[in-house]
Amino acid sequence: MVASQFMPLDGANAVSQAMRQINPDVVAAYPITPQTAVVQNFSQYVADGIVDTEFVPVESEHAAMSACVGASAAGARVMTATSANGLALMWEVLYIASGLRLPIVMTVVNRALSSPLNIHCDHSDSMGARDSGWLQFYAESGQEAYDNTIKSLRIAESKDLLLPVMSCQDGFITGHGVERVGLLPDEAVREFVGSYEPELSLLDTDNPITVGAWDFTDHYFEHKRQQTEVMNASMALIESVCQEYEQLSERPQPILDCYGMDDAEYAIIVLSSTAGTTRSLVREMRAEGKKVGVLKPRLFRPFPATQIVDCIKNCKAVAVMDRAISFGAHKGMGPLFTDITSALYVAGECDLPVVNYIYGLGGRDTTPPMIATVFEDLEKVAATGDRGDLVRYVGLRG
Amino acid sequence: MAERIRVNLRDVIKPDERLAPGHRLCAGCGEPTVVRQILHAIETPVVLSTATGCLEVSTSVYPFTSWNVPWIHNAFENASTTITGAEAAFKALKRTGKIPEDKEITFIAFGGDGASYDIGLQFISGALERGHKFIYVCLNNEAYMNTGIQRSSATPKGADTTTTPAGSVIPGKPQWRKPFTRIMAAHDIPYVAQASPHNFRDLMRKAKKAAAADGPAVLNVMAPCPRGWRHSSDQTMAITELATDTCYWPLYEVEDGVVTVNYKPRDKKPVADWLRLQGRFRHLFRPANAWLVEEIQERVDSEWERLLREEECTQGKHA
Repeated sequence: MVASQFMPLDGANAVSQAMRQINPDVVAAYPITPQTAVVQNFSQYVADGIVDTEFVPVESEHAAMSACVGASAAGARVMTATSANGLALMWEVLYIASGLRLPIVMTVVNRALSSPLNIHCDHSDSMGARDSGWLQFYAESGQEAYDNTIKSLRIAESKDLLLPVMSCQDGFITGHGVERVGLLPDEAVREFVGSYEPELSLLDTDNPITVGAWDFTDHYFEHKRQQTEVMNASMALIESVCQEYEQLSERPQPILDCYGMDDAEYAIIVLSSTAGTTRSLVREMRAEGKKVGVLKPRLFRPFPATQIVDCIKNCKAVAVMDRAISFGAHKGMGPLFTDITSALYVAGECDLPVVNYIYGLGGRDTTPPMIATVFEDLEKVAATGDRGDLVRYVGLRG
Repeated sequence: MAERIRVNLRDVIKPDERLAPGHRLCAGCGEPTVVRQILHAIETPVVLSTATGCLEVSTSVYPFTSWNVPWIHNAFENASTTITGAEAAFKALKRTGKIPEDKEITFIAFGGDGASYDIGLQFISGALERGHKFIYVCLNNEAYMNTGIQRSSATPKGADTTTTPAGSVIPGKPQWRKPFTRIMAAHDIPYVAQASPHNFRDLMRKAKKAAAADGPAVLNVMAPCPRGWRHSSDQTMAITELATDTCYWPLYEVEDGVVTVNYKPRDKKPVADWLRLQGRFRHLFRPANAWLVEEIQERVDSEWERLLREEECTQGKHA
């Protein structure tokens, strides 16, 4: 292990510090609130010669991801960052990056999608991209955003994986929230991520390659199966990189962050910053003797289905909190809920009552008293055996 | 003025084909001729990107490739940005010593007129403004040929396409084409040229100039489509030659703002001669549409005169 140096940093700055330490070859990015600080800070590192990076200040997010694809195919270590509508504009190229197996790492500072226009946090942006073939980490804090960024790069570039990774954090709440963040020494980060030595590159003009060929009906299906199998088989690799980073940083790097889950009767599953709010409530409730717990997946793609089922299967009732709606899904469920209920069914755990709570859309504050009502609901569900409404709302007026 | 660059026949008969024979482009398609001429003209190693379109789908059918040089296809609109990403990587990897400082690569993006005039215009504009050292080549066949001859903003007025069909009320495309070459030149980049494959010396000289430019360069090259233009596949070069003889497609270049018209026909032919060879303009020769041929002639004349004035003006300034 190596000692971290602690600094007061917001989540965006924590990520730009990680990017500075990684010193990527190419960053192509376009500013959008609340991601702007990531790009601004990094531009300063470029301007001051602190990094060797070629910064490509493109004219749109679509161009940002397009340039990332070109740079990554040319053998460069490539990073970028975006939010919300910017991510939506990249959509087409997200699938191209993953289909071409290009290990691009992108910070997503989560923000609501228009319309109506809203610049504040929810997860509708990255959740919409959950099927795009990118791995997805979600961070509760600036510290986790920093740690996830470094791990993401190492995981993305692993020869056995070669897939792009989104490292997500909550816009404003985490992105603009100043916290105590421990930074590893620069050399430790550079040693951890190592040098990127791709086997194939467009710039190797003596060994020309064709990238982005077109598949007729006779090959596309097989290629997509290969892609999904790589993703499906990646959990062991992800866990081993997380463990290695845990040893280096002396900070826990679980796939699932569990608190009170060993004996929890009532549990909330929630991503990112609201897990912190929930944990503080759980701590108080457990002091009062309530057997409650909180489970925060730090990894959403690939989905840690069996780990989640193992963690919650002995509960009496579980609430899944979603900061996004999967419009048109059954009852307008959220994406985390659909994945968890699917995982429970597949594992044969069909008797566990699970309720979905949509919360915090467009940056709506989610407070401990609001979360306390969720635990109250779960007690009622278990006591009466009546699950009631499958999809409910937290912090909604009227 | 840049140094005088000459092209001779030896440049055209190089044995190392960068675009291999056996690709699936149509007989008589202008695109492979243009691409081969450009790639023959450039001496350095090249890295290419190609927009979604005829050239792309006809040269990269998995598990085959027609490319003997590094080549990438990303999407329809972003061939320019993709190659600038590769160029950025080249700079970065030289800086960190992974690529030798003296390594030379010419980066080239190819796109059709749909990819250039329409869906990719913003991407090209951004790439030019950022000043990447690359060549953007528009393979201009004046419509979305790969998807079945739909109109683009490069389609000439009056042309019959599948989305501007010559009907009983509307005689083909109502609008004039977008002045793409002028828009490119308005970016004040080192080199912009309009060219045609029938004049291979001119096109190859322009490719060499584009490669030597100290910054971004754009070539807008006519590449007829026998399917879409409805002409016999052995008429491709004759049609491009006639496009320049009628001044419908002037050969010119803009170097650091100075316009040079490379070919001034001694005997400027009527544009109807060019239109008549192509089935897409057949309806214009009905008596009821004679006004449209006149209008096209007037527009071609006024654009030609404008170009000559621009040449006079800019050459004079630098005399």
